[in-house]
Amino acid sequence: MHKESLIQAKGLTKLYGDFAAVKGIDFSVHKGESFGFLGPNGAGKSTTMRIIAATLTRTSGEISILGKDPAERGPEIRAHLGVVPQQDNLDQALTVTDNLYIYGRYFGLSRKFIRAKIEELLDFAQLVEKRDVKVETLSGGMKRRLTIARALISEPEILMLDEPTTGLDPQARHILWDRLFRLKEQGVTLLITTHYMDEAEQLCDRLMVMDKGSIMAEDSPSGLIKKYSTKEVLEVRFGSDKNAEVSPQLSTLCERMEVLPDRILMYADDAELLLEEIRKKGLHPVTSLVRRSSLEDVFLRLTGRSLVE
Amino acid sequence: MRQGSLAVVDTERAIKLGTLFVVEARLRTMLHWIFSLLTGSLLNPFFYLASLGIGVGTFINSRAGSGGVDGVKYIVFLAPALLASVAIQDFMGEVTFPVLQGFKWEKLFFAMNATPLSGRQIALGTYFSAMLRTVGSVLIYFAVLVGFKAVHPAQAWPMMLTSLFAAACFAAIMLAAAAATENDDLFLNLMGRLLIMPLFLFSGTFYPLTSMPIPLQAIGWISPLWHATEIGRWVSYGHSIPGTMIAIHFIYLTVLLVVGLLWAFNRFEYRLSK
Repeated sequence: MHKESLIQAKGLTKLYGDFAAVKGIDFSVHKGESFGFLGPNGAGKSTTMRIIAATLTRTSGEISILGKDPAERGPEIRAHLGVVPQQDNLDQALTVTDNLYIYGRYFGLSRKFIRAKIEELLDFAQLVEKRDVKVETLSGGMKRRLTIARALISEPEILMLDEPTTGLDPQARHILWDRLFRLKEQGVTLLITTHYMDEAEQLCDRLMVMDKGSIMAEDSPSGLIKKYSTKEVLEVRFGSDKNAEVSPQLSTLCERMEVLPDRILMYADDAELLLEEIRKKGLHPVTSLVRRSSLEDVFLRLTGRSLVE
Repeated sequence: MRQGSLAVVDTERAIKLGTLFVVEARLRTMLHWIFSLLTGSLLNPFFYLASLGIGVGTFINSRAGSGGVDGVKYIVFLAPALLASVAIQDFMGEVTFPVLQGFKWEKLFFAMNATPLSGRQIALGTYFSAMLRTVGSVLIYFAVLVGFKAVHPAQAWPMMLTSLFAAACFAAIMLAAAAATENDDLFLNLMGRLLIMPLFLFSGTFYPLTSMPIPLQAIGWISPLWHATEIGRWVSYGHSIPGTMIAIHFIYLTVLLVVGLLWAFNRFEYRLSK
């Protein structure tokens, strides 16, 4: 069946003077999917998001959002988007409810509609008990959930989240993921940027790996791992001085190897077997860890660098 | 969670009425500190008129004799300047702090710009809500002036309108300046020390500007408060000024208004799309 494309970009480019923040990228986002931009800081993810959000004008290339050109019909496009920026920009002096109410009015929604919607959103964001509390007193996780609730007030066609869990503690992250996962289950079209591989794996149906303004790869999380990594990874440590010294002896044992300052990553489909072979060679790592390949390994393979640096 | 705002959001209405929605939001925000706004608006004129109008006025009137200052009692001479001054200060406050908050402190304008609102609508909404708040201040101030017999109730409309007009003209420049500034600390320092205070003191507020040496009079010539005060005194008690000067006062203030708003639109759109 033909999937309806909500966003289509071709040769999308954004220059700041001589610096190219986005370098001629192509992508499309379909209705109901959860699409992620994965990459380190400075990869061009947020710039791409701002162009999609119709608040930043592209330098060249084509982009259509909901069938419209954002450079010409920005307000019309923005009427159907829900945007969660990297930093919460809530009105700190107002209550939770007032923040939602005022934002709803910016979309021209009726007071009656907003009041009913607020009840639904407070429940969704688990903020019912905080409804009359000023935003400045909320925790970081609560503010984030409120920003997401605010973005949903107009029942947007696309919900855009820029680094949704950056800066949150692990518990707050998991609560947020649970909320976002519910939205995904309900078929809300999500557009997410993240530099957390676990977040990308949990929330995204399809991922675009970005680095330095370009697309490095695009597929489902499992598809990317299959294509660019092995089933398993063996992490061994011989001590900071010795890692580089033993690496020539190890390289013949596996498909691929990455020597990092603190550890060596060895890629194989059966990592336990690989560990046995290392020991048979008379090499005894100080620590060893067998794990499944992740998007971090994909990124390392594609760029030669780690995602979080 | 339902999706599909194509049915929920009336795009055309949202785009057309954006400025009004910003005004509504700003007024709703102001309601949270309505008590301090009202007490400030009431106490400010009371203190000024009691100390300057009556206190200093009694002293000056006794020295000036029956002619008073500019042919009227000192409190009558002072009233148009104070009315214009409060209008300018309140209007200016409402177009500077919310703009710094919007672009710098809480980045609220970026959240607003993620909706159908344009930069121009955010600028105009902020401006008009500040105007409505200033109307409130001017009404209260005028009522207190009437209570002190500093103005005649019959002059209410022309005096309030000219004060509001002058404030609106200067506020347009300040709206743009606040939107253009990247350094909020410096901006607030300059505004407080080099703008508000000198304008208040060197605009012929407390004495005729002509009693100052020419170099100091020049501060008054560029000060919107002096132009507003001159118009206010002309409207209030028939302060004598040539027709050409009246035209110059109005033209000067109108230029500030037009230049200010165009500059503000430009800065808002630029900051939001940077």
